Amino acid sequence: MGKRSIVPFGPQHPVLPEPIHLDLVLEDEKVIEAIPSIGFVHRGLEKLVEKKDFTEFTYVAERICGICSFIHGLGYCQAVENIMDIQIPERGQYLRTIWAELSRVHSHLLWMGLIADAFGFESLFMQCWRLREKILDIFEMTTGGRVIFSVCKIGGTRRDVSTEDLNFINKVLEEVKLELKQFDNVFFDDYTVKHRLCGVGILTKQEAYDLGAVGPVLRGSGHNYDTRTLGYSAYKNLDFEPIVETAGDSYSRCVVRIREVYQSIDMIKQAIGKIPQGETFTKFTGNPNGEYFARLEQPRGEVVYYVKGNGTKFLDRFRVRTPTFANLPALLKMLQGCDLADVPILILTIDPCISCTER
Amino acid sequence: MYENIEIINILNNDLLNHVLKFKEQGYRLIQICCTKLKEGLALDYSFGIEYKFVDLRMTIDDNEEVPSITSIFSPAFLYENEMHDLFGVNISVISIDYKGNLYRTAVKRPFNCENQKDEE
Repeated sequence: MGKRSIVPFGPQHPVLPEPIHLDLVLEDEKVIEAIPSIGFVHRGLEKLVEKKDFTEFTYVAERICGICSFIHGLGYCQAVENIMDIQIPERGQYLRTIWAELSRVHSHLLWMGLIADAFGFESLFMQCWRLREKILDIFEMTTGGRVIFSVCKIGGTRRDVSTEDLNFINKVLEEVKLELKQFDNVFFDDYTVKHRLCGVGILTKQEAYDLGAVGPVLRGSGHNYDTRTLGYSAYKNLDFEPIVETAGDSYSRCVVRIREVYQSIDMIKQAIGKIPQGETFTKFTGNPNGEYFARLEQPRGEVVYYVKGNGTKFLDRFRVRTPTFANLPALLKMLQGCDLADVPILILTIDPCISCTER
Repeated sequence: MYENIEIINILNNDLLNHVLKFKEQGYRLIQICCTKLKEGLALDYSFGIEYKFVDLRMTIDDNEEVPSITSIFSPAFLYENEMHDLFGVNISVISIDYKGNLYRTAVKRPFNCENQKDEE
């Protein structure tokens, strides 16, 4: 047995855009145990719901995170709409689905760039982020924002998207698909990339389930589980199957995300093809009185929103269980037995969003 | 399309028995959360199997001790530390106990204090 030492990793580290700390217990170069510390920038946004009008709180919920901002707003709205029994017009549901899937595309492209940068492939990083710009341009065109969109509101959506713009989105997505195909083989086949990802950080199917993993981490370990199949928004009208890989290593999680980019593009195209004409929101009166747990699929996995209303315009409780929070125990398992040099890559393979975690 | 959520009310003493049954039936832990009530706290333990969602709910007094479920569902340690730090829930024998240092908050138990509603 080698000498044991503890190496602090983070909260400031080149591979971490946001603060999280790990105490890595090492035996020579192998990680024996990792103990996480979070809470460096906890904002207490959940508490703010007691002081903000529930209609205005949608915009606070969006600000939980800058990557999955739209889906945070959507989840909050869905929970309130269920309590108040508000039926969303079909067009509003399709628009929500389109924006949610665009969020997934841009989040996964962002992640692909980050992982490429982490294993030192900077031109690949540039290509991924260049493509992501096209998705952000679509957001800017349809919502007016590139990070926070504020288009989702209780009852539907604040904006409509014209048929011309939808056709334009279709065209841009076709370009993104073709351009991604030109370099996705680097992720799939390149020797150096596979050397860093294949067989590293294996999470077995049983471990992923027992540790409560979600999203691409769970699906990369062979579980056919995707909350979109619950059929919220317009997902019930779209044809798709969860993307599943079985090896459970870093490469599997990477492949799941890349394949999900293509899947999301296909789903957006389906939604554009099926979107009906009509209103985008339903007017409502009154205040929420009751409670509901809403579950959605964010780019990083299943997210749970709990909303409890008391009949006034201020809610009693808003709670978000973010996917990164759920994936932390799985990360700790992946780190056990890995080389110190693989720690940054392994942390990135859960696509950590500390902003979500520190809601 | 909204999902059906099943909420089961339980007592503190029965928590571990219920959780153990869920474990034996193959459920996974989805989340644990706490809500401040006028008197006491409501604790929600949510479990899922495939796409089914079941929530165990119990109401406790502010200082009542709650057993940790980390011996049955190991990922619960983060949720339990969170409830301790934000709401002051007294949880016994958490497998990884941060002893109040998971969140670095300026105010102790920030989610379990009277709120000042400035817009009423």
